[in-house]
Amino acid sequence: MKVLFNEGWCKGCGLCIAFCPQEIIHLAEHLNRKGYRPAQVVDQDKCTSCAACARMCPDTVITVYRPDRKQTAVS
Amino acid sequence: MKTVFKRTTGLTDAETHYCPGCTHGIIHRLVAEVLEELDALETTVGVASVGCSVLAYHYFNCDMTQAAHGRAPAVATGLRRVLPEDRLVFTYQGDGDLASIGMAEIVHAAARGENITVIFVNNAIYGMTGGQMAPTTLLGQKTATTPEGRSSQLQGLPIRVSEMLATLDGAAYIERVSTHDPVHVLKAKKAIKKSFEIQRNRQGFSMIEVLSSCSTNWGLTPEESLKWIKSQMIPYYPLGIFKQQPCIGEES
Amino acid sequence: MKGNEVIGEAAVYAGCRYFFGYPITPQSELVAYMAKRLPEVGGCFLQAESEISAINMVYGAASAGVRVMTSSSSPGFSLKQEGISYLAGAELPAVIVNIARGGPGLGNIQPSQADYFQVTKGGGHGDYYTPVLAPSSLQEIVSLTREAFRIADEYRTPVILLGDGMLGQMMEPVEFEDEKPLPKVREKKWATTGTKGDGPPKTITSLDLNDTQLEIRNNTLQQKYAAIKEKEVRVDEYLLDDAAYAIVAYGTVARIARTAIDRARKKGIAVGLIRPVSLWPFPATIISEYSSVLKAILTVEMSAGQMIEDVRLAVEGKAPVFFYGRTGGVIPTVDEILQQIDRLTEEVAI
Repeated sequence: MKVLFNEGWCKGCGLCIAFCPQEIIHLAEHLNRKGYRPAQVVDQDKCTSCAACARMCPDTVITVYRPDRKQTAVS
Repeated sequence: MKTVFKRTTGLTDAETHYCPGCTHGIIHRLVAEVLEELDALETTVGVASVGCSVLAYHYFNCDMTQAAHGRAPAVATGLRRVLPEDRLVFTYQGDGDLASIGMAEIVHAAARGENITVIFVNNAIYGMTGGQMAPTTLLGQKTATTPEGRSSQLQGLPIRVSEMLATLDGAAYIERVSTHDPVHVLKAKKAIKKSFEIQRNRQGFSMIEVLSSCSTNWGLTPEESLKWIKSQMIPYYPLGIFKQQPCIGEES
Repeated sequence: MKGNEVIGEAAVYAGCRYFFGYPITPQSELVAYMAKRLPEVGGCFLQAESEISAINMVYGAASAGVRVMTSSSSPGFSLKQEGISYLAGAELPAVIVNIARGGPGLGNIQPSQADYFQVTKGGGHGDYYTPVLAPSSLQEIVSLTREAFRIADEYRTPVILLGDGMLGQMMEPVEFEDEKPLPKVREKKWATTGTKGDGPPKTITSLDLNDTQLEIRNNTLQQKYAAIKEKEVRVDEYLLDDAAYAIVAYGTVARIARTAIDRARKKGIAVGLIRPVSLWPFPATIISEYSSVLKAILTVEMSAGQMIEDVRLAVEGKAPVFFYGRTGGVIPTVDEILQQIDRLTEEVAI
């Protein structure tokens, strides 16, 4: 897991989607407790941990991790 | 696994009331991250203004005082004159608050070289009251009170606050930044950090003007709004440092 | 010392070290006095860009937990009303001086009591009151300034010290040593001074978007006002024991009325003086009690008749209430008041 979304806080504004260079963020089909379609990443492997999504998220929904180099090589 | 990005402790656990995509959320986060990085959360007092950010005191994880419309720089002055020098004082104000009703307070706080940080959020409109014309509304921009678009004949021309305050000898640091993409968000954070460092060094008044969006009242999607900042606002409100001067009082 | 300067020294004596001012006649000597005096005692004086800014600087300083004062005169005081409402709503202690002058509008710079309504009835927006103390001598300025800071701190409320141009400009000898110094400011746990590991962040605000919550806040304020009404009424009674008539007057007018009463007594008229010292809370109970034994009451003011509304409410028809007022900065003379006392006795005789 490289990028973690705190789904309940998401307002579905889509700014993370607009700025993801890998184009791997989408709005989910379901609604969260606020009534928004939360942003989510299905294809975690493609994430480069650039954190552009997190920097543009107005609601501090996103936490970004970067795997250690060795682990990356193994995977 | 290394954490590249996580939520700052400079923000409380409260979820914000802002509309989806509102860049207030980004700017709040930047200020909070800076206070955390400067280890200043326990020594900072913030002043919330009136407008969409009226509830800012719910979100910043430091002591907060809420001011009357436009009066945040005066309230911050009162705090500044009382609190020990190691305390940081900042105001967080929108363009209606700072550049319209509060113009006298901001001008004189700057002129006095009041040792405070001002975060000035410019989104060219009154957000909270439902999208009326602000002093920063662009020519031709349609708002609730300029239904045909702002006209220079009828409503006059928008005010460039940073340029104006930069003419005052008392102002130590004035920069305009933007939130329309990740690179500019990083630059905005750098500027905000610089502003607090200037205050910590007792160099005097500093203001960071942050170009911000208002999807709801602009009638655009959040993504379109950021493009609008870039294509419409920045040409009129150019980014950059407008004032950077050595320590106040040490010039001569 | 001039009255305005006495207020300044009394404030310093009461532990006030912060003053945010703006010049306006006839209170400017106070601003100038504080500019000179506060640096001598390690305090801070700042001249603001407007009365509005000054009261908001007071709001900021009060947020940081110190004793703080500002002053103005009628037109400037009107401008401060927004800030006073915020101080009341956010429950911040501060002392605001109004050395009133003729109005409405720009009026003139002569003494007036035409600000009674705007200081005693809240004045700004929302359900609130501010305690109002009205000295009538320079010595009393010393004791009431101290009281103003005590009440402000004790109840977390803005308090108004009301004088007029005459009181501000006149000179009298005063003794500061007779006054017990006000104890040091107790640590204000609610003040926003930076948390310093003291626990969760503190917030000062007058905003409550939730209607139920705001009503609770308002009810808390009303309970506070009820406590102030119960404990902080001040009134000065003069020659009332055998009085058939009473004058109700405060501040400058009460001084003149006292002389008129002395002269009326020499003529054999049994008249006394009820002098409200706290205008809010108004000494309604005392006036009510006297009104049931008095033949008539005369209210004298330097206004077209403002305090008389509170007097009538207190009297509740138990005695006739007459009025004499001068406006525009004209000060009623002893002779005029004497004539009014005569009129009073004649009217009641009919």
